[in-house]
Amino acid sequence: MKYLPTIGLEVHAHLATKSKMFCGCKTDFGAEPNVQTCPVCIGMPGTLPVPNELAIDYAIRVAVALNCNITQVTYFDRKNYYYPDLPKNYQISQSHNNLGDDGWIDIDIDGETMRINIDNVHLEEDAGKRVHSEGSGTRYSEVDLNRTGTPLLEVVTKPDMHTLEQVDAFMNDFRSMLLYMGVCDCKMQEGSLRFEASVSVAPEGASELGPRCELKNLNSMKSVLKAAEYEIGRQTSVLKNGGQNKQETRLWDDERGVSARMRRKEGSADYRYFPEPDLILLNISDERLARIRDELPEFAGRRSKRFQTEYGLPAYDAGVLVADAATADYFERLAAQTNDPKAASNWIMTEIMREMKDRKIEIEEFSGKVPAHRLGALIKEQKSGTISHNIAKEVFAEMVETGEDAPAIIERKGLRQISDTGELDAVVEKVLAENPSAVDDFKSGKKQAVGFLVGQIMRETKGKANPKVVNKLLAEKLG
Amino acid sequence: MRISREEVRHVAELSRIELRPEEEETFLSQLDDILTYMDQLNKLNTDDVEMAFHTWDLANVMRKDEPRPSLPREDALANAPERTRDAYKVPRVIE
Repeated sequence: MKYLPTIGLEVHAHLATKSKMFCGCKTDFGAEPNVQTCPVCIGMPGTLPVPNELAIDYAIRVAVALNCNITQVTYFDRKNYYYPDLPKNYQISQSHNNLGDDGWIDIDIDGETMRINIDNVHLEEDAGKRVHSEGSGTRYSEVDLNRTGTPLLEVVTKPDMHTLEQVDAFMNDFRSMLLYMGVCDCKMQEGSLRFEASVSVAPEGASELGPRCELKNLNSMKSVLKAAEYEIGRQTSVLKNGGQNKQETRLWDDERGVSARMRRKEGSADYRYFPEPDLILLNISDERLARIRDELPEFAGRRSKRFQTEYGLPAYDAGVLVADAATADYFERLAAQTNDPKAASNWIMTEIMREMKDRKIEIEEFSGKVPAHRLGALIKEQKSGTISHNIAKEVFAEMVETGEDAPAIIERKGLRQISDTGELDAVVEKVLAENPSAVDDFKSGKKQAVGFLVGQIMRETKGKANPKVVNKLLAEKLG
Repeated sequence: MRISREEVRHVAELSRIELRPEEEETFLSQLDDILTYMDQLNKLNTDDVEMAFHTWDLANVMRKDEPRPSLPREDALANAPERTRDAYKVPRVIE
């Protein structure tokens, strides 16, 4: 019998606001424990929450981008539960009146469009976290409440995915949308973007889904895929052995590559939601909604298509460039500077991306070192034949290091390409005289010997010889 | 009775409250009174009444996204029953 896995995702994203959802505490990651809290976020009696307007704008932006129906008159609920990282003993969330319902996004699977439906988008606040690792013998946990009250957007998909490839595509596309909108920094290692997967397996053709397992502790997109793969395998083998799966929450252990049932009792999800009495209604006007709709950026999928038609880039280049909005912006500036989109794309995909990887920096920081107009000037020098491609790479490295302009570096280091036939003629003669065996090889039909000779000429001229002129001279002399 | 003893125990457990048998009795009758009163409210015809959570006719009270000073850590931790140098100390969390 064949089995069909079904996967739904729950996404939690920290909204990129400076202050918390209901108070003015900062949301900086990596601060010393318990220095970003106040009476509101640690739940002191008598305090009142006041919603962060920008967080609400960001949440609406995501709901609109996901094609949701927007609930224009909405409110917050209290979700009641006890846990050491939740000082108020309730989380302000939304349950009956989500900001957005019934949305969708289209993902691309092997050139085919597939629609992933979104159940809902709602806004809530994050809890604190445990700090310091504890051994199994320790009787205590330590809690840091800095994160408590950070605006948290939750997006729940319908169980529409059936392969890991689809899950991967959804995660990447959704992450890209968040980055494009600037509403989340999507640093999974810092917990600002978190995925939970619900996985079930049923015999193919069954009318109902199997009982689902919720997978927690997925700290990277890779873990999501590994955990889902493991879970599909585990549930399938239970079914194959005549057993039955049961609904449970499982904790993924990335190091060991296994999931285990969570011992923590969820209290049968008896959260006793009720409307948060400390907050009043949220009324999203038509004007505000229209403004947010107008401000939506051109997302990666559409931008990639435009890069292909407008700039004539191959699909691969376009895909790489639009993966990050700031990189795509840099490309557009560079393409305008150089009037050569393909050259601009090549520079970004090879030299710039390597520099960013080596230096562990993002395009914003790189752009601070070498803005597009400066790199554009370098590419122009190369295109005009002033310098060769290899020299251009050398100048580029220098530009990243010193922030100097390309022409200045070329002058200072005397890197201008030698295109003068007379000057090069002498070098070619010298190299030919010093390498008679290579010359013989060439004459006896080993055409690849010419490569060796060009290499020697380049060495003599420290890479400054114009390759076109060199090739022409060699062709003449070797007849 | 609109509520059972089991439900009273369940609600107590959810609220992390320990009840003695005579307290269970007290709350059973008090909660029953409250639910009876709710039934009375439910009899009102509210077809033409708009949903509201407050008596105030207010919406959209919000703040700008501007950070404000937080509490010094010592003040924040002052009421913690147990603490370490920089954190709240709680019974070990089991997952």
